[in-house]
Amino acid sequence: MSELVIKDLQVSVDTEDGPKEILKGVTLTIASGETHAIMGPNGSGKSTLAYSIAGHPKYTITGGSVTLDGEDVLSMSVDERARAGLFLAMQYPVEVPGVSVANFLRTAKTAIDGEAPKLRTWVKDVNGALDRLNLDSTFSQRSVNEGFSGGEKKRHEIAQLELLDPKVAILDETDSGLDIDALKVVSEGVNRFRGQEGKGVLLITHYTRILRYIEPDRVHVFVDGRVAESGGPELADELEANGYDRFLKAQV
Amino acid sequence: MTVTDTDPGTGLDTARDSVASALEQGRVESHLNPPPSYDLADHPVPTGREEVWRFTPLKRLRGILDGEASDKQLRREATLPEGVTLTEITAEQAREIGELAPNDRPSALAVANAGGAVLLDVPADLELDSTEPVVVTLTGEDAEDLVWGHVVVRLGRFSKATIVLRHTGSARYAATTTVVVGDGAELNMVSLQDWADDAVHLGRDAIRVGRDASVKHTSVSFGGDVVRMHANVQYDGPGGEAELLGLYFADAGQHLEHRLFADHNQPRTKSNVVYKGALQGQGARTVWIGNVLIRKVAEGIETYEENRNLVLTDGCQADSVPNLEIETGEIEGAGHASATARFDDEQLFYLRARGISDAEARRLVLHGFFQDLIRKVGIPSLEEQLTATVEAELAKNVLDELAPAGAS
Ligand SMILES: Nc1ncnc2c1ncn2[C@@H]1O[C@H](COP(=O)(O)OP(=O)(O)O)[C@@H](O)[C@H]1O
Ligand SMILES: [Mg+2]
Repeated sequence: MSELVIKDLQVSVDTEDGPKEILKGVTLTIASGETHAIMGPNGSGKSTLAYSIAGHPKYTITGGSVTLDGEDVLSMSVDERARAGLFLAMQYPVEVPGVSVANFLRTAKTAIDGEAPKLRTWVKDVNGALDRLNLDSTFSQRSVNEGFSGGEKKRHEIAQLELLDPKVAILDETDSGLDIDALKVVSEGVNRFRGQEGKGVLLITHYTRILRYIEPDRVHVFVDGRVAESGGPELADELEANGYDRFLKAQV
Repeated sequence: MTVTDTDPGTGLDTARDSVASALEQGRVESHLNPPPSYDLADHPVPTGREEVWRFTPLKRLRGILDGEASDKQLRREATLPEGVTLTEITAEQAREIGELAPNDRPSALAVANAGGAVLLDVPADLELDSTEPVVVTLTGEDAEDLVWGHVVVRLGRFSKATIVLRHTGSARYAATTTVVVGDGAELNMVSLQDWADDAVHLGRDAIRVGRDASVKHTSVSFGGDVVRMHANVQYDGPGGEAELLGLYFADAGQHLEHRLFADHNQPRTKSNVVYKGALQGQGARTVWIGNVLIRKVAEGIETYEENRNLVLTDGCQADSVPNLEIETGEIEGAGHASATARFDDEQLFYLRARGISDAEARRLVLHGFFQDLIRKVGIPSLEEQLTATVEAELAKNVLDELAPAGAS
């Protein structure tokens, strides 16, 4: 069981000219076991939605609520949200110089589980996850995201998804900047995750390409800080054919 | 015994020669690098307004610069691999070996008052690897003791050695150390300032790099009330390389100052400087001055210097001043970088979004900040100690202070 409920979420950021409203009331429920795709043009607020759910300090929640299995997510600290079962694969993963992938993964796993993982199985798990994402064994000795190619960063995010095993994963443009082989590898990783009982996925993307590999239960078109239209997978096909024009015009 | 600049000892000629040859190359009229001299008159008591003293809290030097005589010593323990010797020599002998004349008042006073020098000697062609370091531990007995130190380290040509000089306990200590690295020799040297909280240390390591020799010098400062260290390097021939590393961690009230001078006085020489520091607690203060001079003769040289400071709490101050003086355009490369920053919010967010608590995230970032530098030190046993010390420093204050903020 895992249900992420977003109700009338309103978010602003501080700018030089004062607060700027970005999310203008987002309502969305990802029921247990469901995959939802959020599609929208650049600047429509997709990352803002992802970061706000994860608790990035840059964003101010001005209204609405987010709950995970009934628990108030917005009152939790960033790390509490992760420990409660939320995972955000970031559009731009951050470099942490001098901290090895191995050290980072072990520290994160220990924090999420509340105890250190058993050494022998853990090493096997890490190597297995990296291997499945086509990351070679020396990868774990590199500094987190430092000097990684775009594709390596995204595959590393999905390796973390496998190892940390959250309840709900939010994937922010995990497909952008990937060549077709990497896209398949990443999609397989996401599909392994959602193949498990009750896992929720919020798949944020600009293009329909990844939806050929990860079939969503629901598709939401996101325009100007709110959901403009929701539907089944066929809505993605329409976007593929016609783009966002219809929704952008409706907005004016 | 006391040696003054008028002493007509035989060693003076060598010293005069090297000073004269330095002058021939063109005296550097840089206020940042006063010309070397044994004459105390050339090094008046500073007022605190001088460029080279303006960052240093003179009062807290507790009278060292008055230059009183004292026969107090630091207790000396040494682990010497076969073939390496540690002996007492006269000040004249130190000059004969080719030590570099003092370039500030503390080093001039140290030579004048120490009554002779200590020579750590690695004979030519002896090759020692990092698993058998020379370790010299100097321990001060009392914060009131005034101690003058005069040291010469000599690596014979084509020798190879790892040397750790560790300072512990407490004292008011002013010392000058010349490191003469012979042609083709390879030195890895660490000076560890692991003093008690009330020590004052004014130190100067002056390094001569032989033709095609390579030197790695690491200055590590954790303890002490005031620590002010020079690391100077110059070259005796083309092809020499120097890597000057530093790591410091200033707690509340501590003043840790590191002054670098890479004097490219020979062609095709290299210098690479990386100093990293962390500061935490009210009144923690660090100063880093990185001077690089590229003389006219020094064609085809490469130099890079970098200083990074991580400010962990309010109430700290980090000064960082890189200086590059270039007298020839015919160089391979020259650059510098200097940055003082607080914890990066994006890094902390990324780690915390993986369930890692705020305090633990800060610990990881700090560990990472120092880790690549610590790995460069190249002495495995010491690297572990340094990692542990950094983490202990952080645990001491910051984790407690930050714990309540973790819920934000
Ligand atoms: N710090 C900020 N200051 C001003 N505008 C911002 C800031 N952060 C985001 N925005 C604006 O918010 C909007 C939504 O951005 P974002 O959520 O990144 O969109 P998307 O991920 O859909 O491309 C954009 O118009 C962007 O310019
Ligand atoms: Mg985005």
